Amino acid sequence: MDATILPEVTAAGVIIKAILILAVISAIAGFGTYIERKVLAFMQRRLGPQHVGPYGLLQLAADGIKLFTKEDIIPQHANKIIFMIAPIITAATAFIALAAVPVFPDFTIPFVDVYVPSIASDVNVGILFVLGMMAAGLYGPLLAGMAQSNKWGIIGSARTAVQFLSYEVVTGLSLLAPIMMVGSLSFVDFNNYQSDGTWLVVYQPVAFILFLIAGYAETNRTPFDLLEHEAEIVSGYVTEYSGMRWGMFFIGEYANMITIGVIASVVFLGGYNDFWIFPGWLMILGKIAFSFFFMLWVRAAWPHVRPDQLMWLCWKVLMPLAVINVVITGIVMMIG
Amino acid sequence: MGLEQFKNRNVGTQNYVKLDLPHPPKNGWCAFKQVLSRSLKPELFVGLWVALREMINALFRGQMHTTQYPLEKLPISPRYRAIHEMLRLLESGHYRCIGCGLCEKICIANCITMDTRYDENQRKEVSEYTINFGRCIFCGYCAEVCPELAIVHGGRYETASEQRASFSLFEDMLTPIDKLNLQQEYQGFGAISPNADENIKKTPLAY
Repeated sequence: MDATILPEVTAAGVIIKAILILAVISAIAGFGTYIERKVLAFMQRRLGPQHVGPYGLLQLAADGIKLFTKEDIIPQHANKIIFMIAPIITAATAFIALAAVPVFPDFTIPFVDVYVPSIASDVNVGILFVLGMMAAGLYGPLLAGMAQSNKWGIIGSARTAVQFLSYEVVTGLSLLAPIMMVGSLSFVDFNNYQSDGTWLVVYQPVAFILFLIAGYAETNRTPFDLLEHEAEIVSGYVTEYSGMRWGMFFIGEYANMITIGVIASVVFLGGYNDFWIFPGWLMILGKIAFSFFFMLWVRAAWPHVRPDQLMWLCWKVLMPLAVINVVITGIVMMIG
Repeated sequence: MGLEQFKNRNVGTQNYVKLDLPHPPKNGWCAFKQVLSRSLKPELFVGLWVALREMINALFRGQMHTTQYPLEKLPISPRYRAIHEMLRLLESGHYRCIGCGLCEKICIANCITMDTRYDENQRKEVSEYTINFGRCIFCGYCAEVCPELAIVHGGRYETASEQRASFSLFEDMLTPIDKLNLQQEYQGFGAISPNADENIKKTPLAY
């Protein structure tokens, strides 16, 4: 990026940005369910949602109406308060994590002259904050499964604890090497570091792959979706949930998918820098969209892993690789 | 075609393909080689490519599997035995049924009821003909026994209706007179074989 001085970030700009993120991301998260169903259907040579609106586009509205009007069932022996706030934890932490992530390019609203930044709050420990928030999100499934007095829920929450905690290690260690290279935790610095056109994935391919794997485990996506593995434990931690509380888990999951896509794009894939003739906002949107599509693609193509395989992969393969990667990066930086 | 291939009861054993399964590794070096080859095999990416290829096939090469059922239907066999149809003579348009009563007689579910009388030309006409589809088992005996190919099985397999009576009357099953040119011959039991013309011989009178 050049050295032009950006306009001052005002409170109005931040509030507009926050509303923008909340509105757009929850809409995209809802729309993501439609995209997921469509893409999975196409990959199995089916049609997918077809009858509500043109190409089934209004399926989202139909699902939303259904979720909002469904009865909110709270099981008799559940811990009611925890059962009720658990989905809010998932959705809230997912959106709070998005506060420190650059989602759209910055712009100035004409006539009113309010500058809307690309990040709602550019904290200088951005990556740490996002990772911490996503890690705090594990309380959602954990508490939900334990509060509902259901054996499938208990298994689901046990798997939450095991899987999320283990893969936090891999996420942190895999991102450590790029952080060492850039020397900052701010997403803007990551973006500026790659403004010469060389993406960090060229220097850190191992870290990129490790981060993707760990990211899939943390967003509970298919090779690692043991938390609500339908074939084994009914629905895991969401077994007893219905209506909008169930929907909040879903919105949180999809918002987390977008967050992982944003982190992967900004940290490893060149961020929102211009590329050849494509402007930066198109590049970042394209990268996030491809990252989202890749998650669906993987879900269509790859089978689940067993919990023991998941642990084996995390502690015996991914974590040593991440540590070795960090060490080698350090040595190369020291020499070079 | 002899009967030998029908008498062979070992169905399925002829087409078994023996999988060429590799032997389990004998020693540590073989196990290591197996782990190495499995680790380096790009099977995950083959899986990704297969999923993407199916998507491309479905979207751009018209290989979508879905049949949007009420709007489009799969073709059924001409021998399918669904709701009966009463056919007409193609030349005169008169119904083919001669009121012989064979279908009523052979019906094992006892669901065909018919009544006949003489019309003003002293020809037998069908005054009443109903099939109780609550009892009918769609065995096809009526179509097979009919000497005139008058009662046949049609292709209406969606047998849900608000009233049982709505498709069990003679007039409802009879080909509409304005759709006579669309009348299809039934290919199932009792139908004329495709080479029926070649099989016609002169009646041997020279005994």
